[in-house]
Amino acid sequence: MRVALEINGDDYARDVEPDLTLLSFLRDVLGLTGTKWGCLTGDCGACTVLVDGKPVVSCLQLACQAQGREVTTVEGLETPGGLDEVQAAFVSNGATQCGFCTPGMVMSVEALLRTNPSPNEAEIREALAGNLCRCTGYSKIVDAVLQAAAERRSAVGSPAADVS
Amino acid sequence: MPAVRASELQVVGRRIPKLDAPEKVTGQIAYADDLRMSGLLEGAILRSPHPHARILSIDVSDAERLPGVRAVIHAGNVQQGCFGYGNDNVPLKGDKVRFIGDEVAAVAAVDEEVAKRALELIRVEYEVLPAVFDPFEALEDSSPSIHDELPDVDGNVSMRWDFDHGDVDAVADRAAAIVEGRYSAPQAAPAPIETHVVIASFSPSGHLTVWSPVHMVFMYRKALADVLGLDWRKITVIQPPVGGSFGGKIDIDTHDFIAVMLARHARRPVRLVMSREEEFIGTRTRQPIHFTLRTGADADGNLLFRDAEVVSDNGAYNAWGSHAMLVAMNTITSMYRVPNSRIRCAVVYTNKNYGGSVRGFGNPQATFAVEQQMEELADALGMDPMDLRLRNANQSGDVTPQGMEITSCGLSQCLDIVREQSGWDRRRGKMRDRHRGLGAAAFIHVGGGARIYGSDGCGAIVKVDESGQVTLISGSSELGQGSETALAMIVAEEMGVPIESVHVVNSNTDIKPWDVGVHASRTTFVAGNAARMAAAAARDKILEAAADLLDARAGDLRIREGVVEVAGEPDRQIEFGRAVRRRLLREEGSVVMATAFYDPPTHHQDKDYRGNISAAYGFGAHVAEVEVDPGTGMVRLLNLWTAHDVGRAINPMSCEGQIEGGAAMGVGLALSEELVMFDGQIAAPNFHDYGLPTAVDVPRTVVNLVETIDPLGPFGAKGVGEGGIIPPPAAIANAIADATGVRPREYPMRPWKVKHWIDSGERSHVVAGKEASEHG
Ligand code: FES
Ligand code: FES
Repeated sequence: MRVALEINGDDYARDVEPDLTLLSFLRDVLGLTGTKWGCLTGDCGACTVLVDGKPVVSCLQLACQAQGREVTTVEGLETPGGLDEVQAAFVSNGATQCGFCTPGMVMSVEALLRTNPSPNEAEIREALAGNLCRCTGYSKIVDAVLQAAAERRSAVGSPAADVS
Repeated sequence: MPAVRASELQVVGRRIPKLDAPEKVTGQIAYADDLRMSGLLEGAILRSPHPHARILSIDVSDAERLPGVRAVIHAGNVQQGCFGYGNDNVPLKGDKVRFIGDEVAAVAAVDEEVAKRALELIRVEYEVLPAVFDPFEALEDSSPSIHDELPDVDGNVSMRWDFDHGDVDAVADRAAAIVEGRYSAPQAAPAPIETHVVIASFSPSGHLTVWSPVHMVFMYRKALADVLGLDWRKITVIQPPVGGSFGGKIDIDTHDFIAVMLARHARRPVRLVMSREEEFIGTRTRQPIHFTLRTGADADGNLLFRDAEVVSDNGAYNAWGSHAMLVAMNTITSMYRVPNSRIRCAVVYTNKNYGGSVRGFGNPQATFAVEQQMEELADALGMDPMDLRLRNANQSGDVTPQGMEITSCGLSQCLDIVREQSGWDRRRGKMRDRHRGLGAAAFIHVGGGARIYGSDGCGAIVKVDESGQVTLISGSSELGQGSETALAMIVAEEMGVPIESVHVVNSNTDIKPWDVGVHASRTTFVAGNAARMAAAAARDKILEAAADLLDARAGDLRIREGVVEVAGEPDRQIEFGRAVRRRLLREEGSVVMATAFYDPPTHHQDKDYRGNISAAYGFGAHVAEVEVDPGTGMVRLLNLWTAHDVGRAINPMSCEGQIEGGAAMGVGLALSEELVMFDGQIAAPNFHDYGLPTAVDVPRTVVNLVETIDPLGPFGAKGVGEGGIIPPPAAIANAIADATGVRPREYPMRPWKVKHWIDSGERSHVVAGKEASEHG
């Protein structure tokens, strides 16, 4: 069947099998290998992408379900100036070790900050509970999110928010 | 090398982000499964559904006829030899299968779907045999014999690790207190988020290239050659970035051999990707170990002895897991000063997935027993457990009963720090009414290599090219832990160049020099020393060339930010690249390149398990605070304070990352992780049920880095990779005991177990002393 959608701002249309997952569509059909997988059962979050701004585990989503939607993957985050705030904060805080969870983690953070620009630590941990990281113990990821949120707020000039 | 004062350091000691982090946060970095290759076939493995069975026949004819299938292999049509300790394993089983998941046949096909359908068409006839899953049953004469084909195996005991020092029985008579108990650790999994992936490809001339995220790459290459009858000079192994390993990817695994055999049969490149389920079922685990331990002390709290009977349940075959006792033994004999010790250990075969070398390698298990008994003993003596620890703490200059030479040692300092930060003296034993408790545990672990092989060395090459760029070619590789960045920092520091100008090449056996591999928290120490030596030699060549060009004496030169200048005369200077060019671009020119090899001054243990196997030892201490719901047995970890003697923190941010990540794994072991098994079948081989800690399950860990400046470590550094995972199960068990008065006997300390201990009143067993009794 034919699926047409927007990925990272570009239009794509492809003929796909009806049972093809969005994850396979991205990685195997389009070669966008930035999105990783760790389980294919919806449990690890490594395959998280945004569909119309909401985080979804792309291993449990069919490509055809994304028909007509806007998909954002980790490849779509970089700004012309380089890394976006979340990516840059992951780098400077040591929030990535092996890096295998990182693309999915970063996408979950992007989704969180869109709905909650000033998350506190508990909210961050809650929002990331579906993204497993085996390397970091999560503390540095939380630090990165707090920093990225603060930077994004100051970039848009919003009032300082509670980061307690 | 001369000691360096921190104030003189330019790069070492800074919180430098990992060099590969930008590639990782953008998804650009290509892991094994991200590699694209033309003509690549997909492989799949047929695994045994039985825990123990004789293979009567294998019929692959239907599978071979399926369109799209390019190879179907089984023991009857491949050339393969034995591997594993005692040569007890073969890649594809021909006679018997010994656990659910054992490899029986494999296919390569044009895509995954065809490969899976082909597996369904393979018909295997089995004669099911009685199986044994409990290691204590496996020790009985009536037990089925799992490796009856091996003449050296006595029943199901594949190895014994027995150790004696001093006279335990004699000192036991004068002990003021002796505690004893059984402590058990479960089967757990390294569970990296990236599963195992391997790609094998033969060139038309017969050269084999394998892409595999393995750490011990040179031994991997040799094993491929030995087991598959290949010429190892015609094998290149490339290590793609590793999506987490924790020991799970340390050495060669059965599927690596299978991928190569498939590629050989199909005459096409083949990829084998483990599904998450296969990762749990068919790749190496952390072996369950059962300790029956006694510890005794005199009335002043001087430890007198430890006496241990240990059963290591290593599963169906002997991979690295069979050697976890190497480390567990160190902890029993050498955690604190213990003048007498006795260990009787049997490594036992059972019909289960088998043990590998998972982070901590036997040490979380042993520490769970040893450090609970420190608190039990303190209670029996009426002493504070921290005082008991400090009184017996290892100190610089000690030589332990196994001959481990303790040089730098920050154990007492680590204990003091966590004692203070946790409010131990005010709070321990005083929060039971609120169901809260504090518990501590310390660790000792190799931190300066571990001589388990002829060489414990690592080679390094440092090259400065005509642009001034510095390249370190290291034998050692990066697993995500940050060693690549630490090595680059060491080189930058030694040469006086900015970190940005150092590149690291470390992932191709054709290019890099020998290294044993990443394990035993040895990379920063061993590969770091090698890198530092090569960097110093390359720097000296630059200085020599610069002296010539600046018409100065080498001794008058100094290097700053990649520029050589005559001291005190900043206008007489030359940058690295120009010095190299002046040396290169002329008749009879030469390149600037230096090699080094560092093998720590250590010794193999002798047959009595004595010998200084590591050039340095790492120490640390944790205190955990828990709250236990007495109604449900639910344990909530509220706080974890940690202090680690890292020698010197080359990169404090990376050290913290290792400790925080390790501690989170330790918390997982303590509270949730277990491969629950019924009759040899892993009940739920998936992330949903396995119990990996999530961001809401681990509290923010407090990390203190204690710098003792090791005399042999590069800039004083010691290994830090494994320490974090070791104390949490013991510290949390002790905290549960403090909160409830019951004594945990096994982990994970799941709510129903804790509830059971509370309901049944499980207590410490004090078997000697003035008031031999059960203590709460
Ligand atoms: S791969 Fe999709 S959630 Fe794990
Ligand atoms: S960085 Fe390795 S899994 Fe998160």
